[in-house]
Amino acid sequence: MISFINVLVNGLLLGGIYAITAMGLSLQYGVARILNIAHGEFIMVGAFLTFVLHTKLGINPLFGLAVAGPVLFVVGYLIQRILFKTLKDRTPTPAAFEGSSMLMAFGILFVVQSIAIFIWGTNVQGYSYLAYSVYLGDIRFSVNRLVILVISVLICLLFYLFLTRTRTGKAIRAASQDPDAAGLMGVNINRMLALCFAFGAMMAGFAGMLISMVFPIYTTMGMQYTIIAIIVVVLGGLGSIPGSMIGGFLLGIFSAIVSAKDPGLTMAAYYLLFLVLLLVKPSGIFGR
Amino acid sequence: MKQSKRIAKYILPVVIVLLVALMAVVPFFTDPYKVVFLRTILMFVILTLSWSLFSGTTGYTSLATAAFYGAGLYTTAYLGEKLPLPLMVVCGGITAFALALLMGAITLRLKGIYFAIFTLSSVELIKQVLHWYEINIVGVRGHYVTRVNDVTVYYVLLVITVLLVLTIYLIKRSRYGLALNSIGSCEEAAAHIGINVVGLKILAYAISSFFIGMAGAIMATGMLYIDSYVAFDLNYSFFPTLMAIFGGLGNILGPLVGAAVFTYLREILITKYSYHYMLIFGTVMVLTILYLPSGLIGLAQNIWKKLTTPAPTKGLKTEGGKHADTSC
Repeated sequence: MISFINVLVNGLLLGGIYAITAMGLSLQYGVARILNIAHGEFIMVGAFLTFVLHTKLGINPLFGLAVAGPVLFVVGYLIQRILFKTLKDRTPTPAAFEGSSMLMAFGILFVVQSIAIFIWGTNVQGYSYLAYSVYLGDIRFSVNRLVILVISVLICLLFYLFLTRTRTGKAIRAASQDPDAAGLMGVNINRMLALCFAFGAMMAGFAGMLISMVFPIYTTMGMQYTIIAIIVVVLGGLGSIPGSMIGGFLLGIFSAIVSAKDPGLTMAAYYLLFLVLLLVKPSGIFGR
Repeated sequence: MKQSKRIAKYILPVVIVLLVALMAVVPFFTDPYKVVFLRTILMFVILTLSWSLFSGTTGYTSLATAAFYGAGLYTTAYLGEKLPLPLMVVCGGITAFALALLMGAITLRLKGIYFAIFTLSSVELIKQVLHWYEINIVGVRGHYVTRVNDVTVYYVLLVITVLLVLTIYLIKRSRYGLALNSIGSCEEAAAHIGINVVGLKILAYAISSFFIGMAGAIMATGMLYIDSYVAFDLNYSFFPTLMAIFGGLGNILGPLVGAAVFTYLREILITKYSYHYMLIFGTVMVLTILYLPSGLIGLAQNIWKKLTTPAPTKGLKTEGGKHADTSC
């Protein structure tokens, strides 16, 4: 029983990372209609920025939030404005845009990854920070994962409040529901799309910073996290922020249970879960 | 004008026959490296043409090319020494055909981006399960393959390419080709006029995969060692898609030219600038999608149009081919 509770706790702690990984992608797809395959690459950049700041300059990894986030926000904003905006103007239909924007994201993936390999090499890197455990009764909590959980829940909540309570947040939601009508109501659609992509990239930066605290990082790690993000997003429903939050925790618990049984099957189980889900309910748990 | 059109009708087949004849005698005159190089080009031509046979016409972006290619590779890995070469190649095709039937049958409900994600993840699922199976059940990772000499591989690929081009040509001319095109333009309307949309999609998917599987089966004999990570490499899914768009969708020529030019460039980039290869590749990819939405062929057509149209009236835009015309 205790071991099962330990697995559950592990899953919940992992779920925080998954949730924040997915939220950025959900935003980018839900509003900007870009299935950003390069999402994992932004996560990798966030992780490496934090890693470099911590190991070279001795800055606290948590401070990475203040660096990785804004840097990736700017990068994301520029990418949307320069590349995806142009592509959107040139493609005739929204459906065609979804296809070609995904392919373009592949191109960005290659570019970002090769630049990263150029700068940081291909070695597996890592550092340890708050790497010890506390016990509550017989249940083990590792401190760094606990910190991650708290931070990711906080970020998710803050962002949710931003979307629901502020004027810009409302404009973003309007743009995601009906871009044309929102445009007629005076919402600057292009600015909202760029903002959404930028926020998505910023979330990726946060996720990368959190991941670098507990997992080994390497320049080709992006694809793995992109796939996890896609799974969580589909699980929770494309474009739904609470959905990706809950989806993240579900996948975290699921993966903890599977890896307790046989770690070799974790990835396979992800894909299987994902494919079954796509077949049974492609709109996700919270999908519209 | 009419006469020139009639001549133009014959130019393409003659050029193709000449090209095939040229390709057939090339191994007698060039060094072994060139044969290997041409072999890679042919492989990608087959993959790209097969991809565009289904995805180019119906508008469903399949990213499962690697799964079918890998199925072909693995067929050879298991059956390679037990069967004669031609039979083995056909077996590889049949394995891929069956896999595509299965995949097509379960993905019917999915559209657009969901179909692309599904096909992409099924490649990964197969890869992971095979990897787990080999390590935990068989106990040995990967297989060794008995090599066949490069020239033989080259000729088999050439035969497959010719068969594939013929198949595509015949399908395009038949009512099935028209039906596939109508699915691409508007699936609901196609279903309404009585086309068996579901059956046709699955069949087209399976036929295109058959050729991919055959290419995989023969390419395996040049590889020595195969494991699930080599066989189900996602690049085999991305490259054909990209090559087809690079060349231009819509006719046979686009993917053919796209695959040939792209593979050639890639080979040069890898040998000369192996460090910057991915960077250049990614940049080309972004620029292609941005500035050449109708591909090389579309570009050539636009230039040709501009040259032949005597007085281009201003404001009259010539619109090239689109990725997939889904307006309905």
